[in-house]
Formats: sequence, C-alpha cells, structure tokens
Amino acid sequence: MDGAPAAAQEVQEAERRIAHVPLVLNRRNFDWLTERISGVIEQPAPRWWWVIFAITASAATFGLFCIGYQISTGVGTWGNQIPVGWAWDITNFVFWIGIGHAGTLISAILFLLRQKWRTSINRSAEAMTLFAVICAAIFPGIHVGRFWMAWYMAPIPNNWGIWQNFRSALMWDVFAVSTYFTVSVLFWYTGLVPDLATLRDRATTRIRKFLFGIFALGWRGSNRHWRHYEMAYLLLAGLSTPLVLSVHSVVSFDFASTLVPTWHTTIFPPYFVAGAIFGGFAMVLTLLLPARAIFKLQDVITPQHVDKMAKIILLTGSFVGYAYTMEFFIAWYSGDHYERFAFWNRIFGPYWWYWWFGMLFCNVVSPQLFWFRWCRHNVLVVFFVCMCVNAGMWFERFIIIAGGLVRDFLPSSWRVYHPTWVDIWTYIGTIGIFTSLFLLFIRFLPMIAMSEVKTATPEADPHYGEAPEIESVSSGGKERTR
Amino acid sequence: MITTPYGHTVYGMAAEYPSAAALYEAAKRVRDAGFRRWDVYSPFPIHGMDEAMGLGKSWLSGWVLFGGISGFLTAALIEFGPSSILYPLDVNGKPTNFFTVPAFFPIMFELTVLFAAFSAFFAWQIMNRLPRWNHPLFNWEGISRVTNDGFFLAIEARDPRFTENGVYQLLEQTGGQHITIVHED
Repeated sequence: MDGAPAAAQEVQEAERRIAHVPLVLNRRNFDWLTERISGVIEQPAPRWWWVIFAITASAATFGLFCIGYQISTGVGTWGNQIPVGWAWDITNFVFWIGIGHAGTLISAILFLLRQKWRTSINRSAEAMTLFAVICAAIFPGIHVGRFWMAWYMAPIPNNWGIWQNFRSALMWDVFAVSTYFTVSVLFWYTGLVPDLATLRDRATTRIRKFLFGIFALGWRGSNRHWRHYEMAYLLLAGLSTPLVLSVHSVVSFDFASTLVPTWHTTIFPPYFVAGAIFGGFAMVLTLLLPARAIFKLQDVITPQHVDKMAKIILLTGSFVGYAYTMEFFIAWYSGDHYERFAFWNRIFGPYWWYWWFGMLFCNVVSPQLFWFRWCRHNVLVVFFVCMCVNAGMWFERFIIIAGGLVRDFLPSSWRVYHPTWVDIWTYIGTIGIFTSLFLLFIRFLPMIAMSEVKTATPEADPHYGEAPEIESVSSGGKERTR
Repeated sequence: MITTPYGHTVYGMAAEYPSAAALYEAAKRVRDAGFRRWDVYSPFPIHGMDEAMGLGKSWLSGWVLFGGISGFLTAALIEFGPSSILYPLDVNGKPTNFFTVPAFFPIMFELTVLFAAFSAFFAWQIMNRLPRWNHPLFNWEGISRVTNDGFFLAIEARDPRFTENGVYQLLEQTGGQHITIVHED
C-alpha cells in the first residue's frame, strides 16, 4: 500500500496530540505500587495519627453519649418543636447519605464508563461511602423517639398483626438505604479480596497472616478466578449504577411526597442526586488531599485525578445551581401563594444568611473557580472549595428541611428552630465517628486498590513492548494502532 | 498419579514469566498445545487473557439474573401479600386496590438489586471454589509474588497431555523461568 507510511505518520501525530498523561507518574512499576500502598499500613502508626485519632474518637464517644442521652430522655433533648419536626436530625441524615454517593459513582458509574483514573481513588471513596452511610443510618433510627421500636420497620410479622405501609415513602427509604449499604459492602469487599491476598503474602506477623489469610479467602490470582470475578465486579457495578441514582431519589421522595411548600416538587430527585454527588466528591477530595500528601502518594493520585474530580464538582455544582434557580422560577410561575411565600422566606426569612452564605456562595459561586485550570491544579484552592461545598451542602439540607417548616400555613404556630447542645454534639459526634472509621481504615486496609491501579499502567497491557503496527488504516477501522 | 522419587504427589509444573505480555503469549501457546487443566496467575486481570486461554464468557451473569428475579418476586410477595390481602392499610381513605401498584415499584427495585448483588457476590466465590485457604500452589514459595508483580503459569499433572519432559520443554520454549515441580502435599 503506497499510502501506508504517510498514514502511519498521520496516525502517530494524532496519537501524540491526544496522548493522555499517564495515570501513574514517574513510570512506577508494580512492585513500587505494592510497596508504597502496603507500606502505609505496615509501618507503625505515626504520631499525628494517634493525635487525630484521639480527638476524633473523643468526639465520637461524646456523640454516642449524646445519642444515649437522647434515647433515654426523649426527643425533647433536641430543639425540634412543632412546626419544625424535622431539623438537624434529618439534615444530618440527608447530608451523610449524600456524601456516600460519590463513592458509589466512582466505583460503579466510572467503572462502566471505563474511566481508568478511578482506580486510584475508588477504594477510599467506597470506604467513605460505607462510613457515611453508617453515620446517616443513626439518625432515622433515633429521631423516631422510641429507638427500641425501630424493628417495626422490618417486614416481619409482629404480635399485633400490623404490617408496614409499603406505599409510604418512609418505608421505601428503609429499603433503599439498607440495600445501598449492603450492596456497597459487598462491592467493597469483592474489590478488597485481591489486595487482602497481597497483604497476606507480605505479612510478617502470625496474627496478620492469619487475619488477612482468612479474609483473602485463599485468593491466588488465577485467571480462571479473575474471569468470574471480573464478571461479578462488572455486574455489581451495573447494579450499583441505578442504585446511586435511586437512593437519593428515594430520600427526596420523603419530602416530595408531602404537601409542604418547597418540598412538594418534581425536581427533587435529580436535584438531590446531583447535590449528593457534588457533596460527595468534595468529601472525597477533603479526605484524599491530605492523605496523598502525608503518605507521598502523589504518583498515584496525580494532579490529573484532582483536576478530573474538580471538573465533576464544577459540573454537579452547576446542576445544583440550576436547580436552585429553577425552584425559584417555578415558585413564581406556579402562582401559588404559599410556594411564593416559602421561597421569599428562604432568602429573607429567619435563615437568610444560611441561604446567602451556604447555598449561594458555597454551593453555587465557589465551584465556579474550577473553570480555571490554575484553580484546579492549586491544592489549596481545591481544598478551600471542597470545604465550602462540605459546609454548603449541610446548609442546603437544613434550609430545605427546617426552612420549609419554620413558617407553615398557620402564622400563629410559626416558631424558629434553635439547636440544643445535644443536637450540636450528636452531629459533631457523627463527624467523629466518620473520621475515626476512616483513620482506622487507612491504618488497616490498603487505601488504594493495588490490583486495580496496576491495570492502569502501560506494563499491564498484554501487548506492551510490541512495535506499534498499523492495522487497517486505509479502511478507516477504529483499531488504528496497537 | 505422578509421584516424585521422595513420594510426594505431583500437582503440576509451574513457571514464572517476566511480564504480562510474556504470560499472554505463553498462554496462547499452551492453549494451542491442547492442554485443558492449566491456569495462569497474575496480580491483576490481564485484558484478553480469557481468549488467550481459550475460555469463554463467564456465565455468572445467569446466577445474577436468577437472583434479580427472585428479589423481584420476593418484593411482590411481601408487598401484595400484606398490603392487598393480609392487612390492607387504610391511610386517609386512599385506595388499596391493584392500581396503587406504582407505589410498590421502589421496593421491588431495591430488592431486585439486593438479591442480584448477593447472587453476584456468592456466585463468584462458589464458581471459583473459594474460600479455599489451602492449595497445592501455595507449597511453592515463589508464587507468593503473584499478588505483587509475578506472572505464573501452571499445568496440572492431571492433564492427559502432561508429561514431565513435554511440559518442561513447552514452558521453557515460551520463555518460562524458574520452572518447578509443585507438590500436592
């Protein structure tokens, strides 16, 4: 073929232009990846770890004390009072469950979309999901007041012969959240097995060898195993994908199926899901930016990874900003008196600064910095925006929940909600539980999926090292070079 | 059954390969030589290795479909049973007839996903005969690098085409290093 050399050059030129920055920098090999990632948990815990863990574990303990006090004394220990029957409790529930969504999006949706960069961050993001859902699950349990009756939510026959109302959004929520947690655990553990085998084979102490050995299930990297394993992983990703979109949709049904102005809207499911992914990615970065610096993982969690996550924050943040705008427009366009009043109340009512600071500045304005490459590559700017989003998403949920209730249909019953110390410390306690669990996770389990990140290196390609040969260029085939 | 002069039962013969690419090429050769009971071992799944080994698609998906359908039926049972037959709940006079079925969809969806996920989770272990904490290959110390950066290929002695010299030559020709007899016990 005469045109072949010219075409080859053309193809090479095109390849060069679209060449991707490698996902693992400095051409690190498999052994380096294993050493560096396993090294984090094989060395003794550094002093800063003990200091931070002492603080977070104390907060967690005091939070658990507050929960015990609330259960034994009653919901009156909180500031909840009619008309504000849901306040910090459900705000915290929605806040934490939303954070979990980024982990599932990274592990499932990005897997289906073949985004290989997810391999550096999926393990810790999935762990974050589990811990966030644990924190979330506390609140619906304790907010009912009679915690010991929580088992009534399970569809098992009881001595009164009364069954659950399966047509209720609250019942859907029980199933959605428990399914979400269970599937996330199964997915996370499935991904962990090959890495647990790595730790088993590296273990130096008997106890480590025994425990990692038990949980690695005797994994030996066999390709006949990988075949079923990969299919299971693919299907778990496929099953988790609608789950990501459904969990927060169902959470939003808790609100949307009521008649409270600002809650009773059809925009809620997509709006909540976008907000959840937005807030979740901010939390992933909040945890990973310090971790990659402390454990010197910059070659694995590269500026490219931070850049891509920042872009997702920008995208979902803009969704959220659009939803906020659309809510106001529909309130005006509906002509509904109560709806218009509720939104007016949102920006000029008792919680006005929550809206101006939390929703407008933190959630809508601050992510716009990520339009600029310089901002996406400046770790301090990224961290600042993520902290804004973390705070902003909590404010958003509070405004939606308490702000929707504070001035209801009957002006005589209007009453502004004020949190009590139990409210505040229960929330701080869940932050303590979350960070303590995450600190334990990075001490005892590999925070980066070693077996997965290795597949993102060029050496993992079975055709690595072969001279690139030109295939069917003239026929315009998709397989141009190998 | 093949035994060593010292009376050990032979599990098979294994070799190490320097890279994923070398293992991939070796697997194609072993497949073409007609072996049936053999396997390759790698720290991560190698793209295209299933074809190189002559393995087809994993039918684990069948179990997941089965799990999903049973989840859906379970949800239908626990929803229609109590809410339509055993104890129809009158909530603010809202209907409890069949046309309220859309309100049952969320739980049907959730249980479909839940049961399907459990079947995927258990199926990959059962189909792989895991957990199995003891395996003849673990008798070879060298293979512990398979979870780090080692690439291995092992042909079992049970294979009808297994002969000590023939397999040794095949492994050597395909670039295998540290060729070893692995004991069963």
